[in-house]
Amino acid sequence: MTEAGSSSVLLETVALSKSFGGVSAVRSVSLTLSRGELHAVIGPNGAGKSTLVNLLAGLLEPTSGRIVLDKRDVTQLREHQRTHLGLARSFQRTNILGSLTVLENVRLAAQAISLPWQRLTRPPDGEVQLIETARSALARAGLEYGHGRIAGTLAHGQQRQLEIAMALAARPKVLLLDEPLAGMGPEEGERVAALLKSLAGEHAVLLIEHDMDFVFAVADRLTVLVEGAVLATGRPDDVRANVEVQAAYLGGHA
Amino acid sequence: MIGRVRLLPQTGAGWALVWLGFAALAALPFFATPFYVGLITTAMTAAMLALSLQLLVGGVGLVSLGHGAFYGLAAYIVYFLSPEGAAKPIWLTLPAAMCGSALAALVIGAISLRTKGFFFLMVTLAFGQLVYSVFHDTKLGGGTDGAYLAKPLLSAFGFTLETTSLPRSKRAWPVYYVALVQLVLMFGLLTWILRSMLGRVLEGVRVNDGRMRALGFNTFAYKLAAFTIAGALAGAAGHMWAMQSGFVNPELVGWHRSAEALLHILLGGIGTLAGPIVGAFAFIFLNDVAQQVTERKLLVEGAVILAAVLLMRNGITGLRWLPNLPSAKEGTAPDHDLAPPQKEAHVDD
Repeated sequence: MTEAGSSSVLLETVALSKSFGGVSAVRSVSLTLSRGELHAVIGPNGAGKSTLVNLLAGLLEPTSGRIVLDKRDVTQLREHQRTHLGLARSFQRTNILGSLTVLENVRLAAQAISLPWQRLTRPPDGEVQLIETARSALARAGLEYGHGRIAGTLAHGQQRQLEIAMALAARPKVLLLDEPLAGMGPEEGERVAALLKSLAGEHAVLLIEHDMDFVFAVADRLTVLVEGAVLATGRPDDVRANVEVQAAYLGGHA
Repeated sequence: MIGRVRLLPQTGAGWALVWLGFAALAALPFFATPFYVGLITTAMTAAMLALSLQLLVGGVGLVSLGHGAFYGLAAYIVYFLSPEGAAKPIWLTLPAAMCGSALAALVIGAISLRTKGFFFLMVTLAFGQLVYSVFHDTKLGGGTDGAYLAKPLLSAFGFTLETTSLPRSKRAWPVYYVALVQLVLMFGLLTWILRSMLGRVLEGVRVNDGRMRALGFNTFAYKLAAFTIAGALAGAAGHMWAMQSGFVNPELVGWHRSAEALLHILLGGIGTLAGPIVGAFAFIFLNDVAQQVTERKLLVEGAVILAAVLLMRNGITGLRWLPNLPSAKEGTAPDHDLAPPQKEAHVDD
């Protein structure tokens, strides 16, 4: 099934499972994510998509299975340690530092992965490099202006863009995007969609998304998750043609 | 554009007010009776304790009821080092007291910071009472009665200032100025921390701990660092208490101290660094006045504090007409670069 050679695999899960008190949310999921690939995970509500992202990010501990990030087993590593190894994420529900400025949200993201602790006692204004990284991440995410605004006062769509900028500022190898289009208007959505396409070239992107048209248009590879288990995985066309998938999920879409 | 530092004065006038306050304190002994010099020394000690706690409460959003433990422990360390009849110099007792308190804070923080919110409050309370019982229920520091100690000597570079050589009216001055210098230094240190990138991380943790972890910050380590620094600074306050009073008892360690310090913060303003100082002064002043006008001191105090907290939700330093302060609400800072004239409508839809 794997199209890419194993050498370029950046993120891999091996029989990853998670149950909450006897209820299995994720069942033995094995998937790979390669350099330069946009891999979308789709599935109905409650299929375990967000649980999967939280397992990958380290917010949840798996019941069994392994997670390998860039040839390193990170199953036991904590959230912040995984970020340092090149894993960045966005949240399904907008999760930002609401009372700080837009720039400070992103500058902190850059500081987290690159500032030696000896420099912690210095004021942030002098760290030109961090501010530069933050500004370019913001620009990349489509927020060229209003960096001095309080993040919580931004419109919803802009907050979603800010989330992506925060992830980008960590210069990740792997980006986990949990429904980045959620709650966006069509125009905003289009802009973010274009951004995601351009990101896939440089990062390995794991995308959780509900919008089927969008997913089939941008994804290099698809994994369909149903009741926590992988139903099918492959190229969009193959998945679309899969009879099981049609029955279980896509309905009349294909 | 990085944004304002929330707890610090936002305007030049605010800073002027802070420095004016410190200048007034520096001049006060020249005008006040020895009784008031002593009373203000007590107030400055209380202010130091409240200020050290503000790093946690206002700075990181950690409300601890065990902070008094580090204060009392430091006073007891002075007692152990400098018992009655064997005075030691301040350059020995102060660092020792601060290190001892910092160490205790490191250990207690490492355990209690694994909990959050209400549970954190309870665990710190439990640890505080544990330290309390060590001094209350054993003969270690004179038991329930407490013990006298030799006030640390004001000596440096081989020179010792003998307060008894001063005229009677000025004997309280050296301790007064030792307290003032420490208070100002502590304010300066906390200002420096809040302005630094460490302070920005602590602010981020206060606002959204989980998000900071996802960004790659080991927030536990940052909280533990803040807890330890706050413990060391509470130690300086406890040392100051021993230095002024020459006496220790278990009450210094109990949770009442912590609650009182929290009250000072609340009264003075939870959203400012100057708040705890103002709150401590207001509280001690109120205490003094209540004592003079009534026998029902606690009743009057309680009523006044209740009224004050209800009427001034952001404390004394949160009053609108004071230039000191940022606007009470978060997220209303003015911004300068909303700018791009043409494209704004598009960005902001």
